[in-house]
Amino acid sequence: MTLPAPLVQVEGLVKRFPGARSLLGLGRVRRIVRAVDGVSFAIAAGQTLGLVGESGCGKTTVGRTILRLIEPDAGRVTLDGADVLGLGARELRALRRRMQIVFQDPYGSLNPRMTVQQTLAEPLAIHRLAARPEAERRISSLLEEVGLDPAFARAYPHELSGGQRQRVGIARALSVEPQFLVLDEPVSALDVSVQAQVLNLLAELQRKRRLTYLFIAHDLAVVKHIADHVAVMYLGKIVERAPATVLYAGPRHPYTTSLLSAVPVPDPKAQRQRIVLQGDVPSPATPPPGCPFHPRCPHPKKSSRCGIEPPALREVAPGQFAACHFAEAPM
Amino acid sequence: MTVWTWLALAGAVALALVAAAELRRHAAARAAGRRFLRHPTASLGVFILAFFVTLALAAPLVAPYDPARQLDPVHLQNQPPSLRFLLGTDVYSRDVWSRLVYGARLSLGIGTMAMLVAVTVGAGVGAVAGYFRHWLDAVLMRGVDVGLAVPRIFVLLMAVALWERLPLVALVLLIGFTGWFVTSRLVRAEVLSLREREFVAAARAVGAGPTRVIFRHVLPNAAAPIIVSAALGIGNVILLEAGLSFLGIGVPSPLPSWGSMIHDGWQWIVAAPWTSGFPGLAIAFVVMALNAVGDGLRDALDPRKEGT
Repeated sequence: MTLPAPLVQVEGLVKRFPGARSLLGLGRVRRIVRAVDGVSFAIAAGQTLGLVGESGCGKTTVGRTILRLIEPDAGRVTLDGADVLGLGARELRALRRRMQIVFQDPYGSLNPRMTVQQTLAEPLAIHRLAARPEAERRISSLLEEVGLDPAFARAYPHELSGGQRQRVGIARALSVEPQFLVLDEPVSALDVSVQAQVLNLLAELQRKRRLTYLFIAHDLAVVKHIADHVAVMYLGKIVERAPATVLYAGPRHPYTTSLLSAVPVPDPKAQRQRIVLQGDVPSPATPPPGCPFHPRCPHPKKSSRCGIEPPALREVAPGQFAACHFAEAPM
Repeated sequence: MTVWTWLALAGAVALALVAAAELRRHAAARAAGRRFLRHPTASLGVFILAFFVTLALAAPLVAPYDPARQLDPVHLQNQPPSLRFLLGTDVYSRDVWSRLVYGARLSLGIGTMAMLVAVTVGAGVGAVAGYFRHWLDAVLMRGVDVGLAVPRIFVLLMAVALWERLPLVALVLLIGFTGWFVTSRLVRAEVLSLREREFVAAARAVGAGPTRVIFRHVLPNAAAPIIVSAALGIGNVILLEAGLSFLGIGVPSPLPSWGSMIHDGWQWIVAAPWTSGFPGLAIAFVVMALNAVGDGLRDALDPRKEGT
């Protein structure tokens, strides 16, 4: 198997947030929350990486730091060889034509005071891609491409359904003809029936426009059909990363195993054992020592070593990386 | 008073009634408008404001006399209200009604202009502080703290001491530049929450710079509190201008503003109560109307009441 050159490369990405200040802001101690703690991955051109994890694990922060909507504290991000993090304002603006984002909340991601037309015309104006008559034509064809009637151009967001809004959000991202899209839980806020439509649309757009996706999701079921590779995050770290088929067939990290056990199987007679994790995700301000997953780990071989020594993300099978001391003996 | 001035006055009342009724009709068609109308006195407030605005605009038609003209300083001093002098005359034998009508121009005009200055500066400072945060926010907001702590009347008195005769433009600017602090705090708070919304992130992601984000995405969505604070603020400015003019340092005589009319009449308040009383009533009515309309707008534009 020859690997295509990666279009997007992320190395050692770190983002810390200052945590809540103590009462009245008098105390000097401010806890630092490590939202993203050394995340690395690469996405080949035209492929999709699914980034999966529970809420609060830092997956959204990863997506936004890649686009520099949030400035990371450390790490390297390259898009087609160009260093994204070192760019000045002008070059960054130019680079924004090549990478875009679709947001989770279709209600919050469109300006309520702008019509669809105005929302879609803005990127064209910023990048001087099209003047007025030409812009209107492009907006119509964009709307058609995402499966909306061009008559929606005059509508305000509150006149649209969730699915329609999300299509407008996708059209906005496509308007600058990017190569790379961060899809930040693009279907999580939608009805199940609409989810499938939007997922199909995204798959179709990827094929037609040769797009590269970073698909962020909070469960493995959604990514299953669209991702070529999957990375699982827990408390700001990637705990397992593998080609999708490999990961779904044989997860090596107990967290992945438990996430997979939550994926519904469309066969009522299927024998399945659900692994229900005990307790909540620990606060990222006070991550547990050793393996961050050990307090909730259901692995039968769990030992005292897990509470002391943090496991490194290592290749446990060809192409499959896992951060578990017992990855060779998965559950 | 001639027939024409009576007709003009009747016309002003009719126009104000029509304006208020028209507004009611338009408002009733929309949810926000119905919330506005639900306020007990907002409609009445609209009528009062429409009436005074019409008076101000049509002053030459509605006023039977030149507001500065001393009709007969010997025989027509402090005449009580009559058919000839609708609201009487003051100690300089000037027609109070004519002065009141022309005073509406000055008082409402100064109030509106000064508020425009204040809202522009306040919205600008608040948006910049809330959007950029960090040190810029800290510096600007400490400035606002200082501004709020210094008594406004003191600053104005200082400025007046520098000018021998305060030009009206300077008065407007002074009131405006000393009145934006509360607005800026309000706008800042609104911007702080708006900047975290995803449509702002989306705008930044497509390459919008801070200016575009603030003017196209943030401020239009913060319009509601800005409008409400402006409506409530005009009343305050009118009161402040009246206070300054009463002290004799606001609108220079013989220009009629409602405050300077009170100033001209207060020494004869017992013998000729109409000279100070009517401008005082006018101020009270307009400020109450502005407060009612402001409150109504607050109810109407509150997004939390959306759908009710």
